[in-house]
Amino acid sequence: MSKKIWVYLGVGLLWFLALLWPLLGIKPEGLEFGKTFTVWIRVALAAFIIAVFYQLQQKGVFDFVGRSAGTLKERVTTGFEAMPNWIWMTALLAFALVFPMLTGRYGHDIAINVLVYICLGLGLNIVVGLAGLLDLGYIAFYGVGAYTYALLSVHFGIPFWLCLPVAAALAAVAGCIIGYPTLRMRGDYLAIVTLGFGEIVRLLLNNWMELTNGPNGILGIERPGYYWFDFSNGFSIQHFWIRDLSLYYYVILGITLFTIVAVYRLNYSRIGRAWEAIREDETAAELMGVNTFLLKLLAYASGATFAGFAGAFFASRMRFVSPESFTFLESAMVLAMVVLGGMGSIPGVILGCIALVALPEAFREFELYRMLVFGGVMTGMMLVRPKGLWPAKRMGKRSDDSD
Amino acid sequence: MDDKTPILELKDVVAAYGNIEALKGISLKVMPGEIVSIIGANGAGKSTTLMTICNVVQAVSGDIFYRGECINGLNSDHMPPRGLCQVPEGRRIFPRLTVTENLEMGAFFRKDQRKIKEDMEYVYELFPKLRERRKQLGGTLSGGEQQMLAIGRALMSRPKLLLLDEPSMGLAPLIVKQIFDIVQDINKEGVTVLLVEQNANLALQASQRAYVLETGKVVMEDDAASLLDNPDIRKAYLGE
Repeated sequence: MSKKIWVYLGVGLLWFLALLWPLLGIKPEGLEFGKTFTVWIRVALAAFIIAVFYQLQQKGVFDFVGRSAGTLKERVTTGFEAMPNWIWMTALLAFALVFPMLTGRYGHDIAINVLVYICLGLGLNIVVGLAGLLDLGYIAFYGVGAYTYALLSVHFGIPFWLCLPVAAALAAVAGCIIGYPTLRMRGDYLAIVTLGFGEIVRLLLNNWMELTNGPNGILGIERPGYYWFDFSNGFSIQHFWIRDLSLYYYVILGITLFTIVAVYRLNYSRIGRAWEAIREDETAAELMGVNTFLLKLLAYASGATFAGFAGAFFASRMRFVSPESFTFLESAMVLAMVVLGGMGSIPGVILGCIALVALPEAFREFELYRMLVFGGVMTGMMLVRPKGLWPAKRMGKRSDDSD
Repeated sequence: MDDKTPILELKDVVAAYGNIEALKGISLKVMPGEIVSIIGANGAGKSTTLMTICNVVQAVSGDIFYRGECINGLNSDHMPPRGLCQVPEGRRIFPRLTVTENLEMGAFFRKDQRKIKEDMEYVYELFPKLRERRKQLGGTLSGGEQQMLAIGRALMSRPKLLLLDEPSMGLAPLIVKQIFDIVQDINKEGVTVLLVEQNANLALQASQRAYVLETGKVVMEDDAASLLDNPDIRKAYLGE
């Protein structure tokens, strides 16, 4: 057993070297070996130390640590479980509300990003996590929402708050239009077709110069406005434009909270149950009287709705939209958040979004290696926690009173 | 509705997968209150017949009547509200829903919460094993329990006609006997059963009448008892 590990480690490190050298060693000026080896030796050392620790742990050297940590963990979890859920909800909500006061511009910016992705992630979660339809072109609906507000604002000067439902509705319509022909397909075929539709929407935005101004994008989108008391000359209610980033934060926080509540309600409704049945076995669901086509279309439309909200907000926040924001990579990112967090689980998706948006910010210095780390983390996650960070909770497990 | 109208009637039904004709003109009748079985070898078109009745496989030609109403072309999800429910081949329960949730899915189209609760009690009394496991995920059940769950799920729709596809598939003889006993009980409660079985002996003993299918055609129909005595049938399907 122990010898095997060293063999695996050796083979793995050699393989890693073979992969690493072409990446770091082949340069336009010629071949280089030094840098590859310095990186490789560090990794090898780290892997060696981890392996030694693993061996010691297998032999039971650290058992005392594990035992005390185990009891501590047990105590903490029972403590947590004893507390009712609403305490957590209130605490989290309170934190979310005071967050802008604790951080600066940079913090607001990241938080806004996280919240936008939470909306997107929860929307995609309906399609992928609940209804089990792999959608690789989801970001198209985000684009539809963003361009809807951008165009309505620039050409007709319609305010943000009126456009928000319009953008969501149009995104839902786009969802139905894309869904209608594609939803007859299943599994892999559906994934490929949605991928194609996502690209079609992006290319439309890119090439329809008269409407979307093509790759130049649309500039000068109006900010959201709001009414507030004005005490400058007496007392009146005045209209203001949102200029402060923290106010943007509250807008998207509101949208996100709405999304969370809506998705939660959907999740635990008859419709949510039917979506899950479709995910589990489409034919069986149909035989039980579920109109699978209509419900799949509904999943698409409601997923798209939340992307539409997020898109309209995105346009108002950036005050500029261009097709570049709606590439396949974005779809893949949102999908990664859903999968990483735990498909079908609302807290999971939220965690996944935080992990994939906020953590890369924390490691800005390693930006070059971001994708490499992403790949590694995803692979590791699928090995260690295949159901995601916070898997959807079911009452599973064998019941205690059974044999 | 009187007892003279068949609850289900197929008239010359043809169904195909692409170019391959699986059913080459099947006609059969099921009267209310009966247990009728369809027996035949692999690929004879038994399961296709049931799938065609529920329009999962579309009939190319021919008519299907359910309680006097022509139901071909009607979407599959309209069948359970009419009292026509199928237990598909290979169980096909929802593996990541709990037993209770699986049963609730059977009553998906129903709105009468109180009666759904009663029916769930009825199913739990029929299959006490399911009550023990009600909080478990469907996929963690054993094969026999999954078959019970599939039947229970179909019963939750309060069917008038139950289509059962190979309930004995891959199960131990003792469990099979248990399940067939329960099918008899369900039938006594007034549910008509159309049973598709590979295990001809078992099917013929459980039913009143039977159809023998061979390569998409009905080659014989008779009382189950006389089929059991028929030397050809004994040779072909009962292994003698």
